[in-house]
Amino acid sequence: MSDVAIEVEGLVKKFGKKTVVNGIDLNIKKGQVWGFLGPNGSGKTTTIRMICGLLTPTSGKGSCLGYDIIRESKFIKQETGYMTQHFSFWEDLTIKENLQFVARMYNLTKSDEKVVNALAEIGLQQRQDQLAGNLSGGWKQRLALAAVTLHQPKLLLLDEPTAGVDPQARREFWAHIHKLSQQGVTVLVSTHYMDEAQRCDQIVYLANGQLITTGTVAQVIQHSGLVSFRLTGHNIRQYSEELQKMKCIQGVAFYGGSLHIVGKDKSEIEANLASSRFNQVSVEAVVPELEEAFIALTQQAKSSGSEYQ
Amino acid sequence: MNRLSRLWAILIKEFIQMRRDRMTFAMMLGIPIIQLILFGFAINNDPKQLPAAIYAEEDTHFTRAILSGFAASRYFNFEHVVKDLDQAQTLMKKGEIAFIVTIQAGFSRDLVNGLKPQLLIIADASDPAVSSNALGQAANIVNNALRHDLTGHLANLQSKTGPVELVIHRKFNPENITQYNIVPGLLGVILTMTSVMITAMAMTRERERGNLENILAMPAQPLEVMLGKIFPYVLVGAVQTLIIILAARYIFDVPFIGYVLLLLSGVILFIIANLCLGFTFSTIAKSQMQAMQLTFFFFLPSILLSGFMFPFWGMPKWAQFIGEALPLTHFLRIVRGVMLKGANWQHLATEFYAILIFTLVMGLLAILRYQRTLD
Repeated sequence: MSDVAIEVEGLVKKFGKKTVVNGIDLNIKKGQVWGFLGPNGSGKTTTIRMICGLLTPTSGKGSCLGYDIIRESKFIKQETGYMTQHFSFWEDLTIKENLQFVARMYNLTKSDEKVVNALAEIGLQQRQDQLAGNLSGGWKQRLALAAVTLHQPKLLLLDEPTAGVDPQARREFWAHIHKLSQQGVTVLVSTHYMDEAQRCDQIVYLANGQLITTGTVAQVIQHSGLVSFRLTGHNIRQYSEELQKMKCIQGVAFYGGSLHIVGKDKSEIEANLASSRFNQVSVEAVVPELEEAFIALTQQAKSSGSEYQ
Repeated sequence: MNRLSRLWAILIKEFIQMRRDRMTFAMMLGIPIIQLILFGFAINNDPKQLPAAIYAEEDTHFTRAILSGFAASRYFNFEHVVKDLDQAQTLMKKGEIAFIVTIQAGFSRDLVNGLKPQLLIIADASDPAVSSNALGQAANIVNNALRHDLTGHLANLQSKTGPVELVIHRKFNPENITQYNIVPGLLGVILTMTSVMITAMAMTRERERGNLENILAMPAQPLEVMLGKIFPYVLVGAVQTLIIILAARYIFDVPFIGYVLLLLSGVILFIIANLCLGFTFSTIAKSQMQAMQLTFFFFLPSILLSGFMFPFWGMPKWAQFIGEALPLTHFLRIVRGVMLKGANWQHLATEFYAILIFTLVMGLLAILRYQRTLD
């Protein structure tokens, strides 16, 4: 058996004249956790929907769990759990009724037992007869995760699952994701959180419907070709404006009491910082943050259009 | 000035939103236009040119005068000349004619001899609004028609009571009780209103809340989703039907002459037709509000043009044409036909087929549009 979970080539989706996804290639191995990152409207959700057969690609081909994504979406759905961006279970059904509905939709064997186990796992046994609509954001998200994993899917697609969820709940959520991954489940998760991206085996960065870069966090940072410096000193903020005006510096950000600057040309930045105006500032070369790499990549994608791939 | 500026801000915002919401905007302009056209041109409480059949056992100078008198009154339009009364009765049960004018053999002889022969008009009185004006005119029409011919030595036949004894049989609703016509009709109206709206809203709600995407991500076929969603409402419709029929029978004393099973199959077909329509609406509407507006858009012509409120024959041809396209029109003929006239399958087959075609077209449209909404 192949160890590839998802393999797509030249995936394109147009809505009318608007091209939302423009030629995406992916090769995702089984049991990996992949993070989908990119600005809003970059095509993350549309790509996920094409992979699980909810949307038909305008062109391109691919397979998911060994099934053709265009012709065999029915089988893909059987083995995939898709958690939508917004809570999409029934708020006017109770927690238990929602799970029972899912169990029946997949025609699960021993469904009662599975529902009971799922309730225990998310810690909602006591509240199983409450309406799902009355749950808070974090609990809704747990319910949704329990529901989309009830049929023990081989692939889990999670579309911004942790938006608006508190840090504690997010941490538990990710613990759960890694547990599933260890059991061999392939996970695709889209997110805007950098700390979550760092919990993924591989990340994909999309912008304007195109795949900008892919790899591990370290690879993506390296790929960005950025260098980063940390500037500290008395009243460090006063330098911010001046630094931003420098052509060789792409970004300036405050981190606590220090300033982080990023750019491409290490020697030029160093030359600029050597000016006497900065003799009160201590400069230290650091590894660029993932966020900085992404912002730089997005800007490059914008300025060079489709040329950068 | 602050107050004015805030007022202005809200005004501007309202106008922008009004323009964005096409459906509401269309309602604001469309409803008055539709109402004006329907009430102004289509609806007529004094229907003329009512279809009638003639059964005449003799053809003489006098009978021709009487028939042309009926035709000249513009109330009667003799579309059928029948060979026997059974054929005429069938036409009436089918709802194709409102009157049968019968002239018996020996009519002219008796007339000339001053024996006041009988002239029998059988009227479909199930909808009193259709027949009452025409019947009210009938005696005058006959007397006027014969006035020219009964001259000379026959002039003395024009007595105060008239030369002819006019006999009117009001069939299906001899006492002219309006409820007999309205209550069965209400069954159709209520089923239309609730079935279309409930499905359209229920489906749109699922889309609004994202539930639809969730269902679609599970291994379910569009047809399964559609059937699963429609069936419970067929049941709801069946309960509504039971309530209305029991009320018709025991509260309003409406007769039930025909076959219950025939009516029941009509009811189920009609409910499915409306549910398919509601399903199609749900694929067009973007919100529950719009689903409601679409339902209302459909409901208005349905009650006005179907023959529920106003006589179908009173409407101009174009309005009748629209009316024929509405399932309610055909259902009203079925429910009134079965309950009041005891109509059977042969009489009503055309109406069943009409609803069936509507259902198939709508069902297909619903599935096609539903599949497309995914993409």
